[in-house]
Amino acid sequence: MSDLTTEPIIKAQSPLSEAWSMFRRNHAAMAGLVVLIFIVLGAIFGPYLYPGQPFEMVWAPFSPPGVDGFILGTDYLGRDLLAQIIHGARVTLIIGLSAAIVTVVIGVTIGALAGFYRGIVEEALMRFTEFFQVLPTLLFSMVIVALFGASLPMITLAIGVVSWTAVARITRSEFLRIRELEYVMASRASGVSNAKLMFKVILPNALPPIIVQSALMVGSAILFEAGLSFLGLTDPNVISWGQIIGSNRQYILESSFMVTIPGLAIFITVLAISLVGDGLNDALNPKLRQR
Amino acid sequence: MEPLLKVENLRIELSTRAGVAPVIDDLSFELGHNESISFVGESGCGKSMTALAIMGLLPEGIGKVASGKIIFDGEDLTKASEARLRDLRGNDISMIFQEPMTSLNPVYTVGEQIAEVLREHQNLSKVAAHNAAIELLDAVRIPNPKGRVNDYPFQMSGGQRQRVMIAIALACKPKILIADEPTTALDVTVQAQIFDLLRDLRDQTGTSIIMITHDMGAVAEMAERMIVMYAGRKAEEGKVQQIIEHARHPYTKGLISCVPHIMADPAFEREELLEIPGIVPGLAEFGQDRCLFAARCNMVTDKCLGARPPEVSFDTGQNAACWRAEEV
Repeated sequence: MSDLTTEPIIKAQSPLSEAWSMFRRNHAAMAGLVVLIFIVLGAIFGPYLYPGQPFEMVWAPFSPPGVDGFILGTDYLGRDLLAQIIHGARVTLIIGLSAAIVTVVIGVTIGALAGFYRGIVEEALMRFTEFFQVLPTLLFSMVIVALFGASLPMITLAIGVVSWTAVARITRSEFLRIRELEYVMASRASGVSNAKLMFKVILPNALPPIIVQSALMVGSAILFEAGLSFLGLTDPNVISWGQIIGSNRQYILESSFMVTIPGLAIFITVLAISLVGDGLNDALNPKLRQR
Repeated sequence: MEPLLKVENLRIELSTRAGVAPVIDDLSFELGHNESISFVGESGCGKSMTALAIMGLLPEGIGKVASGKIIFDGEDLTKASEARLRDLRGNDISMIFQEPMTSLNPVYTVGEQIAEVLREHQNLSKVAAHNAAIELLDAVRIPNPKGRVNDYPFQMSGGQRQRVMIAIALACKPKILIADEPTTALDVTVQAQIFDLLRDLRDQTGTSIIMITHDMGAVAEMAERMIVMYAGRKAEEGKVQQIIEHARHPYTKGLISCVPHIMADPAFEREELLEIPGIVPGLAEFGQDRCLFAARCNMVTDKCLGARPPEVSFDTGQNAACWRAEEV
């Protein structure tokens, strides 16, 4: 046996580095990632680099981009649009991210319980999920925000509560598949408790599609927030891209740049997130890996 | 001395769409301390179900112990709580599975998976469990255990993975190791190594082994006693050597004559390799009051079709459930 120990050990590629090399080959996803990193850095450091005040009137209203030293012009109250975009990025991204987290927490919990316990638990939870699925999402979230007030946490919660069903269904289907695999049986045979089976044995193996879905969820949560803000259901004390569009929407015909610019910001961000999500899907989905 | 494991008149029922079928029908056997027994039979004879019943892992909602007892160390496992069974599993009774390629969790390193069992059952600290995992990898003869302990299952070959499975199963020094066709998915040369390993580990730890297989060669190599199962019933039981010399049940006889012998001289005339005609009956036929092997048996009489044959004991220690056991 001792001669075997000196044999050079050929390391196979780990799943993570394999996924990364798949992702890197996807040019669209890489472009999306670069743009996304740029946007996130802008949201974090932008306010320090560009010390404009988003809520202060600094110049004559309706001045178009590039005129009078304001790169993106001013809005209907004469506020600096670039400062608004920079400050709005933080709120927009935070809402997108935290709504996606709410979605994942609710969806994974319900999907995991339904897929693991089967039987009556599954029936009840899946009917519950279907109930939420058929609710008109925008209307339902508007009701929540209208009832409980338009604060950031409430908006986040409203978005999360209406969009967790997809995650729940994906989680359940993965659990149904994985719970029958041999290593789950082997874990059972070594005396692992149900809670550990669910969250330490099955869940890590179910993660790839859940990660992809939640990445896309960030994008749709941003769109959702924009929709709510456009309808005026937003916290007037914080600035988000949707809110810039919403507050300027009366002047869309006279000064279209005031809604076009934040609209573009949302468009680029969501597109970048979608591209990254698609890239993750290709990289994490073993069935697509052979291509 | 009390046997370590005593199964008494075990009956396991499986609910299928067609109705309730007894996959295990009135099975009794004993397993002594430091003893190896082997369950033999074709696919679908209830070998794996017996193993799962001992582990308390019958398919939920489908299979259940209808009657009988499984007494382990004086405790009836059919009445034990789920929490108690969880304590026993992996600690006192362990199991290794058929498919080493898929029996390890792909997202954890092999070291972590071994350490996990130790932390769960023996309350070892993280560091102690990790070191114990390295020792166990060494014990199952994985070269360079210090380097391999942080490998993921996909970095190992089938034989190495089965060794890791054995390491996990033996981590807590269980009293019983159930091996469900542990070498079916492996190369012949690797099979021999795994058998060697299991034998050596048994000698070192004193673990009793229940091996499930359909490979007569494996039985001869691994076990002292064997139980031949057919359609959920015990067909024959006895010492391996005696059964191979003189089987008392036509089914056992058929199984033994199915095994080819390698001959040094190809010119030497070979005995014709026999097969057992037909297949194992479907679940719907299980539990009928007749000999279930009758349809495939070349010694069948009217009596075989009329009633289930009782077990006949021989002074060699053999037991056979056949009406014509004396004549076989």
